[in-house]
Amino acid sequence: MGALRRDTTKLGDVELELFEGGSGPSLLFLHGGGGPVAGAPFMDRLAAKFHVIAPSHPGFGGSNLPLWIDSIDDFAHIYLELIRLLDLKNLLLVGHSIGGWTAAEMATKTTDRIDRIVLAAPVGIKIGPVDRLDIPDIFAMPDAEVDRLRYAEPDKWRPDPTKLTDADLLTAARNRQTLALVTWEPYMHNPKLKHRLYRIDRPTLVLRGAKDGLVSHDYAAAYAGLISGARLETIPDIGHVPHIEHAERFVEVVERFAGGPR
Amino acid sequence: MKIWHFSETAYPFLPDPGGYESVRVDLPNRYYDPEKGAALFDRFIEEWRIAEAEGLEIMLNEHHQTPTCVDPAGPLLLTALARVTKTARLLILGNPVANRRQPVRVAEEMAFADILSHGRIEIGFVRGVPYEISPANSNPVYTNERQWEAIDLILKALTSHDGPFSHEGRFFHARRVNIWPRPYQQPHPPIWVSTTSGDGAARVGARGYIQATFLTGYGATRPVFEGYRRGWREAGRGQDVPIDRLAYAAFAFCSPDEARAREGAEKLLWHIAINKIPAHYQNPPGYNTVEASARGVKRGLGRFPKAPTVDAAVEQGIMFAGTPAQVLEQFDKFYDAVGGFGHLLVAGQSGFLSHEDTVHGIRTMAREVYPRLKERYPGTAISGQFREAVAAQ
Repeated sequence: MGALRRDTTKLGDVELELFEGGSGPSLLFLHGGGGPVAGAPFMDRLAAKFHVIAPSHPGFGGSNLPLWIDSIDDFAHIYLELIRLLDLKNLLLVGHSIGGWTAAEMATKTTDRIDRIVLAAPVGIKIGPVDRLDIPDIFAMPDAEVDRLRYAEPDKWRPDPTKLTDADLLTAARNRQTLALVTWEPYMHNPKLKHRLYRIDRPTLVLRGAKDGLVSHDYAAAYAGLISGARLETIPDIGHVPHIEHAERFVEVVERFAGGPR
Repeated sequence: MKIWHFSETAYPFLPDPGGYESVRVDLPNRYYDPEKGAALFDRFIEEWRIAEAEGLEIMLNEHHQTPTCVDPAGPLLLTALARVTKTARLLILGNPVANRRQPVRVAEEMAFADILSHGRIEIGFVRGVPYEISPANSNPVYTNERQWEAIDLILKALTSHDGPFSHEGRFFHARRVNIWPRPYQQPHPPIWVSTTSGDGAARVGARGYIQATFLTGYGATRPVFEGYRRGWREAGRGQDVPIDRLAYAAFAFCSPDEARAREGAEKLLWHIAINKIPAHYQNPPGYNTVEASARGVKRGLGRFPKAPTVDAAVEQGIMFAGTPAQVLEQFDKFYDAVGGFGHLLVAGQSGFLSHEDTVHGIRTMAREVYPRLKERYPGTAISGQFREAVAAQ
């Protein structure tokens, strides 16, 4: 698991798995719909600069899923409680995809413990016309097609199911089930969120891979436009998963933003 | 033993399967000719009336966004049948309650249909097939939990007669439930539930509802029925499970002319042959267990046993086909293998099986097979008494 060690913590009836390590300013990393990524190389790079806390969302990885939880907003409430419990301050909040959505939901409620926010390929808002999905329906296409939209180089990153252990396959199936639970309807968004984003009063960076087939440029630009002072930065030649597809570049961008002007 | 004539009201005039990715969900409805479709419904309703005249009961279902069953509103067809039939029991199997937003509306529809039929409705509930999650925009997670909360609420609505009650559950909310009309049959019409697992069936058995299972064949039917019998006994309903609590749906075609029987049976297999469904519609995340989904990633999920030939289908136990003597022999063998059941749901029309052949199949089944099944398997028979066990006693 590299630089991070696994721990668990209890928040009400949620038993949250979290990975923690490194030193420096605190950074909460909220993973995307593909599941926890605490073992990925970018985490080691982040841990060299930050004190990283990377929880697994309820119903993902080793976290349980009480029956009452069924939305990204539920995750946001749990993580606000987590950062209070861990007494994190001046936090760099980094979320990817549905983790970005979660981070945005958190910051619309309170930014008391949050210093800066990075939303990488975030979903969660609806800006397009009523008769077109803003985010392509990943549940209505073959896996190969989802991978094609997800990665700039799908052949390089697509997992080979024959090489996964049974435990990996079970976790992947459960992650996908929870992803469906919390994103099904309204699909990949909370209709209220875009009306609340104006409340975010911290420097915010929206990151997007130029070849992201799930989150379009217009969508990411609109997201940034709804948050006062937020900036959109595009990383060339990568897709929806910048921290995996180009760990070095991703960490560099995050680090620069963390140390940048307010 | 009761036999139910079941027509899935298919629209068979489709492009070559090579020309589409999925027969469900996405196939454009430009392929549906409304005039041909209306004529087909005239025909299917006539076939149900003939089945009634021959002494069979009537079963219908509903599906969505598919030519395999162009009845997306079962209760509407149910009420139409209620008015053009007189004596047959009318089974809707079923209401896909995990995909219904308003269970109370389902209770109203069923009670109303019961009034219009003067008490001939049998109410079936299904979870809904996985490929209709997307058309219903229904969350694929917790479908079992939604189904059971809905069933319990519907039963309460059907049986409460003293003014409004409220329901604030995990999935459904209703503040003042007080349906008009109430059902014709008291305390409520017979309830059927379809499941495909032993644990699901145990839940049905505990409540004493009628358990149906579709095309589960030799391999998967017995565990379902065993689950039902276990649930029944554990709930304190007694040791003996009457066969009229269990139902099995299969393709069936019967003719005194063996060649004609085989030809008709082959036409029924159209339903399987054209049932082309990609994995992402067969297995929406959460519909199946995590374990089944993980296994499916490795070897691909198949919902129904595939049956390319009549012989294979008979061997699998998803079809009874041949002369009356052959069908009786096949039926006896299957009945013994699964431990007995009291309702045979006959999928007796499909694809390009003509009206003439469909009626021939209905009549042969009703006149040559049904009387012998009633003799051999009277309503007093007990399910779960396996031949080897009885012989050992």
